[in-house]
Amino acid sequence: MSKHGHDHGDSAPGDERINAHEAASGARGYTIGLGLALVLTALSFWIASTDLVWQPAVPTAIIVLAVAQMGVHLVFFLHVTTGPDNANNVIALAFGVLVVLLVIGGSMWIMTHLNHNMQMTADAMKMRMP
Amino acid sequence: MMLGKLDWSAIPIDQPIPLIAAAVVMIGMLGVLGWVTKRGYWPYLWREWITSVDHKRIGVLYTMLGILMLVRGFIDAIMMRTQQSLATGGSPGYLPPEHYDQIFSAHGTIMIFFGAMPFVIGLMNFVVPLQLGVRDVAFPTLNSVSFWLTASGALLVNVSLVIGEFARTGWLPYAPLSETTYSPGVGVDYYLWAIQISGVGTLMSGINLVTTILKIRAPGMSYFRMPMFCWTALGSNMLIVAAFPILTATLAMLTLDRYGGFHFFTNEAGGNMMMFVNLIWAWGHPEVYILILPAFGIFSEVISTFSGKPLFGYRSMVAATLFIVVVSFFVWLHHFFTMGAGADVNAFFGIATSIIAVGTGVKIYNWLFTMYGGRIRYPTPMLWSMAFLVMFVIGGMTGVLLAVPPADFMLHNSMFLVAHFHNVIVGGVVFGAFAGYTFWFPKAFGFQLDERWGKIAFWPSIGGFVLTFGALYVVGLEGMTRRLQHVEVQEWVPWLHVALLGVGFMMIGVAAQIVQLVVSIRDRERLRDVTGDPWDGRSLEWSTASPPPFFNFAVQPDVHGEEVYWGIKQRAIDEQRLGPEPEYAPIEMPRNTPTGFITAFFATLIGFALIWHIWWLAALGFVGAYATFVAFAWREEEDYEVSVDEVASFDRARRAARAAWLAERDGQPT
Amino acid sequence: MSAPAAPEAARSDRHDPYALGRGGHGGGGHEATGHGEGGPAPKRTVVAYGFWIYLLSDIVMFSGFFAAYAVLSGETAGGPTGAQIFGRGRVAIETLCLLLSSYTCGLGSIAATRGSRPATLGWLAATGVLGALFLGIELQEFAELVNEGAGPQRSAFLSSFFALVGLHGLHIGVGLLWLATMMAQIWLKGFRPNVQRRLMCFNLFWHALDIIWIGVFSIVYLLGYRG
Repeated sequence: MSKHGHDHGDSAPGDERINAHEAASGARGYTIGLGLALVLTALSFWIASTDLVWQPAVPTAIIVLAVAQMGVHLVFFLHVTTGPDNANNVIALAFGVLVVLLVIGGSMWIMTHLNHNMQMTADAMKMRMP
Repeated sequence: MMLGKLDWSAIPIDQPIPLIAAAVVMIGMLGVLGWVTKRGYWPYLWREWITSVDHKRIGVLYTMLGILMLVRGFIDAIMMRTQQSLATGGSPGYLPPEHYDQIFSAHGTIMIFFGAMPFVIGLMNFVVPLQLGVRDVAFPTLNSVSFWLTASGALLVNVSLVIGEFARTGWLPYAPLSETTYSPGVGVDYYLWAIQISGVGTLMSGINLVTTILKIRAPGMSYFRMPMFCWTALGSNMLIVAAFPILTATLAMLTLDRYGGFHFFTNEAGGNMMMFVNLIWAWGHPEVYILILPAFGIFSEVISTFSGKPLFGYRSMVAATLFIVVVSFFVWLHHFFTMGAGADVNAFFGIATSIIAVGTGVKIYNWLFTMYGGRIRYPTPMLWSMAFLVMFVIGGMTGVLLAVPPADFMLHNSMFLVAHFHNVIVGGVVFGAFAGYTFWFPKAFGFQLDERWGKIAFWPSIGGFVLTFGALYVVGLEGMTRRLQHVEVQEWVPWLHVALLGVGFMMIGVAAQIVQLVVSIRDRERLRDVTGDPWDGRSLEWSTASPPPFFNFAVQPDVHGEEVYWGIKQRAIDEQRLGPEPEYAPIEMPRNTPTGFITAFFATLIGFALIWHIWWLAALGFVGAYATFVAFAWREEEDYEVSVDEVASFDRARRAARAAWLAERDGQPT
Repeated sequence: MSAPAAPEAARSDRHDPYALGRGGHGGGGHEATGHGEGGPAPKRTVVAYGFWIYLLSDIVMFSGFFAAYAVLSGETAGGPTGAQIFGRGRVAIETLCLLLSSYTCGLGSIAATRGSRPATLGWLAATGVLGALFLGIELQEFAELVNEGAGPQRSAFLSSFFALVGLHGLHIGVGLLWLATMMAQIWLKGFRPNVQRRLMCFNLFWHALDIIWIGVFSIVYLLGYRG
């Protein structure tokens, strides 16, 4: 393995060398990230408890805010960028996210169908209840 | 209680078969250990193998474990085939159901987790760094830990033969049968801890190889200059990283049910046993691609080498591999079409399953086109490859047949299914492993395997394989269900006898492979690989000596163009001399460490203690494992330096052997 | 993370690292190590990438538990539902603790790049305190639930809740143990390359745990609280 410290073509995940002069870098980056995360968190909590939002939209809103906050963490705390130096990191992340979506989404789709088809009819239910 | 649930009744004194098997194994083990002690080999073994962090050593250890466990699993198979052949027409056979159920569970568990996986991981471990032109994998110590944890899992499964019992739930322990209500004994617990412990090892191995392939390659080796085996290794390890955590999670949930009274998959309090099936197969399907992708890579190497041509359609092979990696996460429901998800869900997964076959189809055609117009030789590795091409196409076709939900409703869990998956796993993974084993054996040990015995092993193996699984296909179509302890339908019996005959032939093949190894060791001078390139190879591992020096390459190769080594070799032949002697420099290598071995020791302790509910011992094991980790993290010296002189002396010997070979050729045409 | 060094380096390269186009001066072309043809990547990159891959595998493991929770969240078996047992105030405090601990962790990594041992140890200690606070509150919640008969053995919903949230808590606990070990190493050994690499990995780990917590508090608590 090469011993020299840094390489300009390839960033370690979590490193923020190439964009070190951008807004998202340094202590300022973490502070902006914290601020955004706090705002998104507060919004989430508020939407979950308020009556001002159309109720059926609430789960979607909360999930969107959660995804947004995960993005804030990725950019401001984990320094994930779309630069070519980050390509390996982003591709790996994308693959991981794909699998997560398939596992959760696929399982929910499959299990809902299975549960629905396994439901007892009203008569069978009567036979089981004491 | 000091010893939890453990007492003398755990030893199966009243069951002759496990007792005798255990006795034979223990005598064998003690014999080997005694011989090693008597010959004074322990210091060498400790220094060179047990504490080694060298990927070549670890690769060999993995492969040896895999081969040993394949034999153990094969013995289980022999027992199953004989039982089914005998227990017909009212006869009980010789294996009572409680025992038979443990045997088919152990057979599948051992073959997949401790036979096939270590075999392919071992080959990848050994070959990939050499093909990439680098000195070791990304995390050498982690590599050692991975191997020893896998061995720990294998040990626990085998201990269940002697102390306690094994699971009776099949190789995937479906709930609610695997819950404590219906499996109150320690069998399922042995399974759970063995798989979880070795699963950690496998996951770490996946991380290691993905990082190695993506971040540690010789200068000049871009992605599209990597040998095909490295691409399929990348695909396989990406799948390990993405899929094994699902297995860990699902088995952890079952463990929580059993140990903590949770209700993930129980009958009562809202548990959903179908959830187990769903999650376990979300891992289970990628798992079979984890197994087959390295085999595909092996065939790419073997077929191109022995056709004397570069692999046809390299880029489409890469695309097909990545296609298979992604789509393998879209098909898992085809393992439980009949569980009742309904037509629309079944249709989606059925279509996706048919589509994934396209990737393999691309590969098959590319291999055929590689052979076309080549000057083909047929040493043993090529024979296994040819057998694979035919067998895998057949097995794949039966798979596509099963992918059609209405057909699967008839064939699910029949012997047709059993024949299908053995067709692709044995005809694909095992044949690939055998081809790889024979192909890279000289690189690992410095001498080839005896060619004559290789052929003697090949023909009965493939003949027996066709007989056995051909018969099982037929009997499956006739309606026979899998895992039957006794057979009541007379029409099936002749086919079962044919299957048993096939097993007999396969036994001859296995025996011949053992003889081949013994004969090759005995005749190793005659079979010596002097140059390091016994097959006229095309990739970088063949540029090293056989076996390579521990640092692999004296100087990191500078890669230009594809098929690096072939280019170097042709230039040397054209110019009738080797390239200039490189400038040698000292090399830093990682230190050996007993961390892996000691971690696995504590892991085995923890596993055994948790199985038998010896809580204080488990706690002690955790403390010990953590202490080991801290001790390792605190060490001062991570690497050591290899002197220029040592590097130079190794490399000059290699160059001398090559120069001699070149002189002998004396300007013969390429 | 290497704020002083990088601006000079980026400027001296005289090329835009985000420029498109293959090869040449795109920064991601031939010269790039590991990811192109430049030979093996530096150890720092290798270690961090390997840890990144491990984190992705960990996230997949969590997704298995999330999937189980999604499927079983309605299976209360006549027992308590989420709306009945989740306390929003408590979750808000936990979330704040963890988010702030991510912040202090990041500041700690900046201090580490500057090479300041007291500042690093200070920020890391703050991270540890906040993390321990989080864990303490969570354990208190678990104990209360068990005491009032809403433990994991009560129903499939509670099983999946305790397992998912508990798994996250277990990771936090292991993280705190790791943090303590890291602090000891920094104190006794200073900022050697291997200590720096491990600190980088710890940062990735701690931030990833906060990302997972976003999923937990959103899907389990906020959605579950609504019943």
